[in-house]
Amino acid sequence: MFGYIVRRTLYMIPTLIAVSFVSFLMLLLYERYTGTYVDQFRFNPTVSEETVERLERSLGLDLPWYERYLKWIAGVFLFTDAIDPVTGERWRVWSLEPVRIPFTPWEIRLPVWRPYFGESFQYQRSVTDMLVQYLPYTILMTVPVFLFIWIVAIPIGIYSATHQYSVGDHALTFLGFLGLSIPNFFLALVIIYVLSGPLDVGQYCWDRPDVGKYCLGVGGIFYEKYIGLGGVWPWQWNWGKFLDYLWHLWPVILVLGTSSLAGLIRIMRGQLLDILGSNYVQTARAKGLRERVVIWKHAVRNAINPMISIFGQSLQFLISGALVTAIVLNIPTVELLYYQSLLNKDEYLILTILTFFAVVLLLGNLLADVLLALVDPRIRYD
Amino acid sequence: MIERFRSGRRTAARTVRALPQGQEREREEGERAARAGGMRPLPARGEPEFREEKPLSQTRLIWRRFRRHKLGMAGAGVVLFLFFLAAFAEFLGPYGPGAEHRRFSYAPPTPIRLFHEGKFVGPFVYGIQRTRDPVTFETIYTEDRTKIYPIKLFVRGDPYKLLGLFETNIHLFGTGEPPDSPGQVFLFGTDIWGRDLFTRTLIGGRISLLIGPASVLIALLLGSFFGGISGYFGRWVDMFLQRVLEVLQSFPTLPLLLALSAILPPNLPNWARVVGIVLIFGGIGWTGLARVLRGQFLALREVEFTLAARAMGASSLRIIFKHLLPNTMSYLIVSATLAIPGLIIAEATLSFLGLGIQEPLTSWGELLNDAQDTAVLRNYPWLIIPGIFIVVAVLAFNFMGDALRDAVDPHARR
Repeated sequence: MFGYIVRRTLYMIPTLIAVSFVSFLMLLLYERYTGTYVDQFRFNPTVSEETVERLERSLGLDLPWYERYLKWIAGVFLFTDAIDPVTGERWRVWSLEPVRIPFTPWEIRLPVWRPYFGESFQYQRSVTDMLVQYLPYTILMTVPVFLFIWIVAIPIGIYSATHQYSVGDHALTFLGFLGLSIPNFFLALVIIYVLSGPLDVGQYCWDRPDVGKYCLGVGGIFYEKYIGLGGVWPWQWNWGKFLDYLWHLWPVILVLGTSSLAGLIRIMRGQLLDILGSNYVQTARAKGLRERVVIWKHAVRNAINPMISIFGQSLQFLISGALVTAIVLNIPTVELLYYQSLLNKDEYLILTILTFFAVVLLLGNLLADVLLALVDPRIRYD
Repeated sequence: MIERFRSGRRTAARTVRALPQGQEREREEGERAARAGGMRPLPARGEPEFREEKPLSQTRLIWRRFRRHKLGMAGAGVVLFLFFLAAFAEFLGPYGPGAEHRRFSYAPPTPIRLFHEGKFVGPFVYGIQRTRDPVTFETIYTEDRTKIYPIKLFVRGDPYKLLGLFETNIHLFGTGEPPDSPGQVFLFGTDIWGRDLFTRTLIGGRISLLIGPASVLIALLLGSFFGGISGYFGRWVDMFLQRVLEVLQSFPTLPLLLALSAILPPNLPNWARVVGIVLIFGGIGWTGLARVLRGQFLALREVEFTLAARAMGASSLRIIFKHLLPNTMSYLIVSATLAIPGLIIAEATLSFLGLGIQEPLTSWGELLNDAQDTAVLRNYPWLIIPGIFIVVAVLAFNFMGDALRDAVDPHARR
């Protein structure tokens, strides 16, 4: 098992390199037809020709395309920070003009692998920094949705299968289809409209001991005064921030959850129906086992397995769904960062985030396979 | 396409593929026997008997099972209706899609009334009166109750080409008033330029409804080609294509779609933009299809009729396209139908974000693009109406696809 995981992980590396290369080719086409990041300054009368050229040089955009890509790949795989042997200062040798990196005491001064994904053109910060800033919001937004859809979908699927063709089954199937058919962004628009229009939640304000005047709002993941209060992570919050988080979370769960929920319910229902029709379930019933035992111990245990292999695909849905939801509800997730950097033509940011998405998807698939082997003793990887 | 099911090969594959036939099959046979025995006269003497034994064609069987599925039939009806609306959009809508009424920017939906001062006068509208809020200077539209503008049928208005062929200016309904007259009928209200949202929604349906089927067609072609050769030839072709698929499937769909549609140059002509988006959707959608088809081809490759065809010296391409592909046709049709709703949503999402269909073209998603701003949405909620069309269309396609799957393969429960 351990060997299998290591092998799969190593196997991911060539795939990821291919993914990043394809992404880079897309970027080149994009820049070829709509201009690079610096081209937007060329027609700007307040920016001089020399400034544009210096900017282009310092961003490395004047290099041929393969050099730009190789530079990025080299930054990811090689040790990109050099340490001055005399002063002990760390220098980034990656860009044309080496940059001195301030030394932080907790950094181990050993040649550890510290992947460097380049600099963001727009934000003048390293891509890693940007990711670290935006990633918590993605996690805060996606993990609850993920838990929600799995906790809700499986019982509903079981109910639908055991009460096949009943009123409840039809109603749930219809609701599922409805959820599948409403585009994420449309549901988000409707929620924004209902909350800001007829309900007008913005007018409900009261005093909170920690932030003072507090109003209900739409969009975002925190009320503005809570953003700076405490850290990003739940264990750094106080009670008020937690309640505020919940208030901003339910539209996200509703928007993202409904679209993924329907598919999962249908798959669970179908799997369980298939198994309930099989011979060993009949045998179990013939033995006189209680219906509860038949369903939960014999049928559901086996119907869950295919659901686990779908785990990887549901990540795929979540990334796509979170992209639109984050844009409409204005939540600073990695997906939103991707969208903005795409519009800004922020080369290395786009490249890194696309590769990052691929890492998430591949890891999700691997995790699904491993979980499947843990749950189902018939499956072994050697 | 479906005609191919009539060939004998189909029957061969069916026995191979679906051995455990359930009650459905028995019922079918019972019905068929009842038909043969009850409705038709017994065979005259001397007439060969196999004429009576001639089974219903596969297409007829599928159609019969499909017809029984009420939701599926309703979905198919709605889809046909939407296509009808889109095809005759200019005729059904009272204005031209680009006709601007600058005096009626963001006018709310015009209520259609029947009674004027307690008297029945038939459908009519009151004139739209424009006033300004004295405090906020906001434009407010009210009804001018003094004059009525009856709604007439077949009025003359903005010229257009019906179905792109006949030049005419007759619209199904309207007030027949000039564009600056207060007697206007905006069923769904207007946008910032005072363009009628009802007409634009109908016109937008064209691209929204066409992009799905068109891209599915491309995905089918690519998917069956690559999946086919991968499954049929196996070995290094398979290895190579599997690696390509793996890389392509490592991209999340929507970010990839965004990146690809961003590539389309902003100054493309209209038709090229639509074609480009169809190509992008098709180019992304084929991977899942190819993967399943490969599996089916791997299995079908070993079946007797393929071996027989090979033994008779048929070429690989002939075996793939004449023997193997028809046997996967039912899967292809079903997955194509089920892929359409996802594509409609994807197109709407892209256009909503402003990266798909753009002005002067319009689609349901593009219309919703105006509603992206919360303030606009809050003040002019009718801008959200095109979204209801998306939901209805996607729901209808989903029901249709589901029923089609049940009809084509009644034993697969999923």
